[in-house]
Amino acid sequence: MMQLTAFPVLLPLVAGFILLFARMGGLKLQRALNLLITIGLIFVSIEMLKVASTGAQEVYLSGNWAAPFGIVFVLDRLSALMVFMTAILALGSLWYAIATNYDAKGSHFHVLFQLQVFGLNGAFMTGDLFNLFVFFEVMLLASYGLLLHGGGRLRTKAGLHYVVINMIGATLFLFAVGALYGATGTMNIADMANKVADAPAEYRGLIAAAGLLLLVVFGIKAAMFPLYLWLPTAYANTSAPVAALFAIMTKVGIYSIIRAHGTLFGDDAGDLAFYYAPWVLGLGIITLALAALGVLAARGLREQVAYLVLASVATLLIGVGIATPAAVSATVYYMVHSTLIAGGMFLLADIIARGRCDTDDRFESSPIMANGVLIGSAFMFGAVAMTGMPPLSGFFGKMLILGAALEHQWLAAVFAVVLIASLLSIVAMARSGSLLFYRTQPSEQAPGEPLNKSAFVAVVALFATAPIMIIFAHPITAYTDLIAAQVFDAASYIDAVLSAPATERK
Amino acid sequence: MEWLVAIVIGVMTSAGVYLTLRARTFPVVLGLTLLAYSANVFLFAMGRLTIGQPAVIDAAAAGYGDPLPQALVLTAIVIAFGMTAFLIVLALKARSELGNDHVDGLHRSHDEQETKQ
Repeated sequence: MMQLTAFPVLLPLVAGFILLFARMGGLKLQRALNLLITIGLIFVSIEMLKVASTGAQEVYLSGNWAAPFGIVFVLDRLSALMVFMTAILALGSLWYAIATNYDAKGSHFHVLFQLQVFGLNGAFMTGDLFNLFVFFEVMLLASYGLLLHGGGRLRTKAGLHYVVINMIGATLFLFAVGALYGATGTMNIADMANKVADAPAEYRGLIAAAGLLLLVVFGIKAAMFPLYLWLPTAYANTSAPVAALFAIMTKVGIYSIIRAHGTLFGDDAGDLAFYYAPWVLGLGIITLALAALGVLAARGLREQVAYLVLASVATLLIGVGIATPAAVSATVYYMVHSTLIAGGMFLLADIIARGRCDTDDRFESSPIMANGVLIGSAFMFGAVAMTGMPPLSGFFGKMLILGAALEHQWLAAVFAVVLIASLLSIVAMARSGSLLFYRTQPSEQAPGEPLNKSAFVAVVALFATAPIMIIFAHPITAYTDLIAAQVFDAASYIDAVLSAPATERK
Repeated sequence: MEWLVAIVIGVMTSAGVYLTLRARTFPVVLGLTLLAYSANVFLFAMGRLTIGQPAVIDAAAAGYGDPLPQALVLTAIVIAFGMTAFLIVLALKARSELGNDHVDGLHRSHDEQETKQ
């Protein structure tokens, strides 16, 4: 089964090369190949989920170098779930791009798309801190290309900010990784966790500082206060399929905090155990408060959805900051929900903007759009799911996170901010929904394009997560509980990585 | 030697931070380059500063320099190089499309109107 662990990383990379050459065969060939590969990725990730659900931690040693000397890829419950989620979101986003002909607006959309997935999967699978940096860069470079795809002045400006802030993030990452290497002499996360636990007193301060610096880097990715300012403009100005795919990018930051900080500064780390958690929790609370204000103040639907993504990331940060198995389980549940629904919401915002033509997605009065009832119902469904109202899974996820906060000493702050922020987003979404769909002008014909039915399928498919996650809530939470248990059992992760044997040369 | 390297890294980083906070794209590119350089030197120094010791196997050597940071720096240099090249092209594109080289440049009245709405 060692090969299965390397597969989700290798498949998109090879696919990227194939798609580059498939360009000679025309756009249709590229589309067919890309769809095929993305569906293939879903099957691979289902297979990974099956292996991971037994509790096994499969380790792939690249180049047959045993850890900690070589780079390892680790398949466990959490990484399998992240790869699965990426594949589903990628399929939805790709389907929408093809249905709206968006991929024809510039060259190499499909190549960049697969390289983006390569970077994402690599970041989820790797067990090496420097390799994580490399995959971050792969992911970012592909995302720069995707963000700018199609062109436009506002998009270029948003792209410039996005690129500069991420290059600063890369520099900080190098400083943090360098300091950790200087103190522990290793790059392998599992090995480093052992070294952190045994670190002499004079290195503890350096390790703590480097760990917080690393938190800043992941905070830039996850859009944590005060590093979130790039997110709303970048997401609001890029195209819908790319924004939908980017819904997972912020979650890479969350995942990295759970993986790197959770392993390095776990129970065994002595006085450094979970020292980062109050920072994450506090900054998560501030981010959530500001995101709720942003949702209220947004001038257009895309910007509003971008702030809702920020709010969901902040809720996840709160879950990570509480740092108990129950909280991490709730965080993972809410992460799956919020990523897929946010992706669907970005696509829906684009459908609405197309239907309204001149007024785009701005909250202004315009003639009734074609198929307004259908689109309006979908909007209401998405708004209910995103703001966390019952009966959909957003409510359940938030409830789990709040339930996990009951034991925490910051209980009052967490409850007040989460509940008030939810109320504010419900008010804001109700307002924008009524502005978009009710305050219309009488007119003979619809202002924009008719509804693109095949593009709408992608929205419906992504929105289907919410009812599925609530109907199967019991098995899913049972699985996320197991994930949390595995995350908190850092010793078994360390043991699995360091004891993975290199195969004998024949 | 340590204090010299430390001062070099410090000066380069502060110059990089200062330039990155400038309002025009060209100083920002230079600042990011300086930051990348200082990160590289820092990463290199984290393998401990040694003189006259081989990084790879040599039967006659008394000790070894740490080869891993050297490999890491090599990777970091390549990545920073590629990113900087991309950023320069993007800055040029922004210059031609926005009509100025301000990082935050809202220039055309059309843009400003859109923001007001």
